[in-house]
Amino acid sequence: MVALEATAVLPGDRSGAARRTTLILAVLLLAACLASLSHGATGVNPGRLLAAWWAGEPLAERDRLILWEIRLPRLLTGLFVGASLAVGGAVMQGLFRNPLADPGLVGVGAGAGLGAVTAIVLGGLAPAWVASLLGWHLVPVAAFAGGWISTLILYRISTRAGRTSVATMLLAGIALGALAGAATGVLVYLADDRQLRDLTFWGLGSLSGASWAKVTAAVPIMALALAAAPFLARGLNGLALGEAAAHHIGLPVQRVKAAAILTVAAATGAAVAIAGGIGFVGIVVPHLLRLACGPDHRFLLVNAGLLGAALLLMADLVARSIVAPAELPIGIVTAVLGAPVFLWILLRRRGVVDL
Amino acid sequence: MLTLRSLRAVLGGRPVLHGIDAVARAGRVTAIIGPNGSGKTTLLRAIAGDLPHSGSVAIDGAEVARLKPWDLAARRAVLPQATTLAFPFTVAEVVRLGLTAGPHAGRSELVEPALAEVDLPGFGPRLYQELSGGQQARVQLARVRVQVWDPVVAGRPCWLILDEPVAALDIAHQLAVMRVLRRYADAGGGVVMVLHDLNLAAMAADEVWLLHEGRLLAAGSPAEVIGGAELARAYGCPLTANRPAPPGATFVLPHALWAGAA
Repeated sequence: MVALEATAVLPGDRSGAARRTTLILAVLLLAACLASLSHGATGVNPGRLLAAWWAGEPLAERDRLILWEIRLPRLLTGLFVGASLAVGGAVMQGLFRNPLADPGLVGVGAGAGLGAVTAIVLGGLAPAWVASLLGWHLVPVAAFAGGWISTLILYRISTRAGRTSVATMLLAGIALGALAGAATGVLVYLADDRQLRDLTFWGLGSLSGASWAKVTAAVPIMALALAAAPFLARGLNGLALGEAAAHHIGLPVQRVKAAAILTVAAATGAAVAIAGGIGFVGIVVPHLLRLACGPDHRFLLVNAGLLGAALLLMADLVARSIVAPAELPIGIVTAVLGAPVFLWILLRRRGVVDL
Repeated sequence: MLTLRSLRAVLGGRPVLHGIDAVARAGRVTAIIGPNGSGKTTLLRAIAGDLPHSGSVAIDGAEVARLKPWDLAARRAVLPQATTLAFPFTVAEVVRLGLTAGPHAGRSELVEPALAEVDLPGFGPRLYQELSGGQQARVQLARVRVQVWDPVVAGRPCWLILDEPVAALDIAHQLAVMRVLRRYADAGGGVVMVLHDLNLAAMAADEVWLLHEGRLLAAGSPAEVIGGAELARAYGCPLTANRPAPPGATFVLPHALWAGAA
């Protein structure tokens, strides 16, 4: 309450609106979580189960399995992947000072993709001990590693004498993305029919493979990135003025940039690894929030996490119900929703693209 | 006191500053003048702590290169020649960025007085990107001012380091900004700025540094430096101060800054 009154002192401060948005988004996310748990191919309803459990009735084994082994991992995966994609996008845009920057743009997504495709196509050639150690973890782990490696290479290329040039980083990201794409193309050419089908489904992005094993492998990394993001807010606000001015107002610019890059790599790499290529969440969510309550990263990063998670859970609901009992890859849903919004941003702000 | 000793700087493999020794004092306005490419902005960047250099730049005894960004931000605020803004911040949000660190960090109540000082009262809720170039320049100046709002903090002077603070402004606002800087210096703060307008420098500065090809060609009062013989040499064109205008010539000389007129 004190904070809300204090904001009234300064006209032009939108933090009150941003805080109200946070509340609304938290409620929305909660609703999306409940809907995600309740909805599915079988008529299992968590409300009814909860009431039964409260009344002391034993839980049917089938219901417990569906909730615990299928819907809960899927909920957690969607929650963290959505939040990571949106926050990763917001951090990257703050770092590049461009609302169209996206982890996909600087090669992190392409690097992760190359890792996954390598695992799918050449996984059979891996030594037996690797295969037995990782099992079907191989694809997500390889995707995650690909994202990290491409980020590290990118950072080495674009940082000289302790300073990162945003322009060099963008261009190097495009080149790295093209290289990763070319390597991916060669692997796709080598793939046999079964591998091609796996590749197609992985590339479209899906939450359908969610399991506790994947959740425990990827969620801690994403949780770490999400927890780190709010600490970047002050630095990213300052970077909006440019690197020199950010230094002038007292920010350790190099440290902020390095932390932002690590956060993006962790969030995006882990998200791509566990759910494949889910596009547009990282661009659309931060943009909508900037329209609603301004670009202040102190609120943008938190709100992006909430809205990204809610949006992905809702997209997953659509993907699950539109062709039930089958389901669409979620990447198709986010692309159909996101691509028009992206084009709309482009049309409204053509000046931004003319760097 | 801002002390430069044997200051040398290299940009892109080419030496730009060739050993500059100079002292700027708090309580005084120091103007850096010189032709294009003489190293004015490079010198200012070195003073601001942006540029690797050899020799020494010290603010009140503390070596700039060794101060942490937040310690530096408590001693000086910097206005770069041009500032771009990435996202649609409001004017109030931009000015508040000046309160990220420094002696007044977080004191949002300074935003309104700072905007009033640059003649933008009530502009807080406006979107920065929708303002004119001159208005944006004044918002940036307000952002720089709030960072070191009090000219003296705990007995130590604060410094305003400004690169062409009035380049985008009309003449009335140029003079208004010069008056703001004069008050800051009179209250004990330090002001070092690059100026292109020699008349403005002559009126507003207590001390003028004339740069030429990366060297300090002259330093002293405006009468000594702008009225001196080195000026024409530095700019490479005939310049004479204080000669009556040819009959019939039209020119504007704002008198507002001379003592008594303000």
